Amino acid sequence: MTSFVGETSFNPNSLLEIGSRKPNFQLANDLVDDGNFLIPNVQDPAFFCRTNFASASGDKDKEQLVKFAKGTTTLAFKFNEGIIVSVDSRSTMGAYIASQTVKKIIEINPFLLGTMAGGAADCSYWERNLGMQCRLYELRNKKRISVAAASKLLANTMNSYRGYGLSMGTMVTGWDETGPQLYYVDNDATRLHDNLFSVGSGSTYAYGVLDTFYRPDLTVDEAIDLGKRAIYHATHRDAYSGGINNLYHVQADGWKKIHSIDVNELHYEFRDEKNEMVA
Amino acid sequence: MSILEYNGAAIIAMAGKNCVGIAADTRLGVQAQTVACDFKKVFKMGDKLFVGLAGLASDVQTLDQLLTFRKNLYELKEEREMKPKVFSAMLSSILYEKRFGPYFAEPVVAGLDDDGKPFLSAMDLIGAPVYTDDFVVSGTCTGNLYGMCETLYKPDLEPDDLFETLAQALLASVDRDALSGWGGVVHIITKEGVTSRELKGRQD
Repeated sequence: MTSFVGETSFNPNSLLEIGSRKPNFQLANDLVDDGNFLIPNVQDPAFFCRTNFASASGDKDKEQLVKFAKGTTTLAFKFNEGIIVSVDSRSTMGAYIASQTVKKIIEINPFLLGTMAGGAADCSYWERNLGMQCRLYELRNKKRISVAAASKLLANTMNSYRGYGLSMGTMVTGWDETGPQLYYVDNDATRLHDNLFSVGSGSTYAYGVLDTFYRPDLTVDEAIDLGKRAIYHATHRDAYSGGINNLYHVQADGWKKIHSIDVNELHYEFRDEKNEMVA
Repeated sequence: MSILEYNGAAIIAMAGKNCVGIAADTRLGVQAQTVACDFKKVFKMGDKLFVGLAGLASDVQTLDQLLTFRKNLYELKEEREMKPKVFSAMLSSILYEKRFGPYFAEPVVAGLDDDGKPFLSAMDLIGAPVYTDDFVVSGTCTGNLYGMCETLYKPDLEPDDLFETLAQALLASVDRDALSGWGGVVHIITKEGVTSRELKGRQD
């Protein structure tokens, strides 16, 4: 078998050499069926996938023949009345805007939400897969899964595919027996617990607004306003964010969708507000 | 990433009946970061002559200054106005002069010649000219711009219809390009004079 180790670019002439077979690695947790992916039949499949099929953010896939849709601003924050999850809806392939109407908040079940940043396919597939694992947990244990456990299931999945070039920056939120919970999970299996996160190419702009105006004692209306304000400012400055602002509120009885607003309308709303402040 | 796509731009020039129009977006970005929404990319070179420069913002401004200088010098020496065709040839030479260290800008020229006929040309960054009698485009979303122009263009448009065509083509194109947009300008050049309008574009 020809070795592809050390090759940095995909050679189409070698396509015939790339047979496929069932994965030869054991998943970290046998109880978790992460799907049954065919793995390239090469010496180092992780390296091969990482260098040819990476769905990396930024320009890490520049030399790659296969490029994926990406570019995002997402945020979520915990406050006294629950959690606000707010995102944009743009999907880009290079400078081309592939879609302005992507649903980046994934409804895992009536009590759990996941957000989408990085590879669109990686996020939607693995969060759907997480939904399945959570349902199995419910059936087995006759109680809802905690957000901590759900986010750890996802982190474990990410861990088992580490180095394969998956791209996912997600926030898992929900309300469980311990109250509102917010976790950040990404493709290197980082799993963080905090009150406030923002993920994606526009996250720095969103953090700027969020850090300025965030307080734990925000009212629900103030929190909703903060969520959409942060997304608006990110979409204005970041070329790879835009479209529609989708916003959810996580409450004790599950999540509730608050709004879908074209960010272009927010531009004029916030501009008028600024003019009133000056006047 | 290409240096021509560092700041982002979208420019169209289109011919009508005894008139020409030139339209451009107004974004100045540094890759993904939008820095300004009122950046000038179309420059008036004469009463009936405009040039649009898409590419690296610093070279766009340098070229504008150089072109103005060279055109003034020509007009002082020759004691006559520079025709669009001559201007286009001069621009092409200026660009090729820097064949091995080019200005990173791709221009479009739009003007009316002596008998009021439209003149259109475009160039790559080292001055290879193309002359057309319908429309030319330049910038980071030429694919989108060509698609819109091919569908909306009709021969012999009146000035008002030419404005509408240019505005719709530009706005639709930049809404599918991450690196351009945030507003636009359209200049319509007729024998009688120039009409300039600002476009309200999406702010994301």
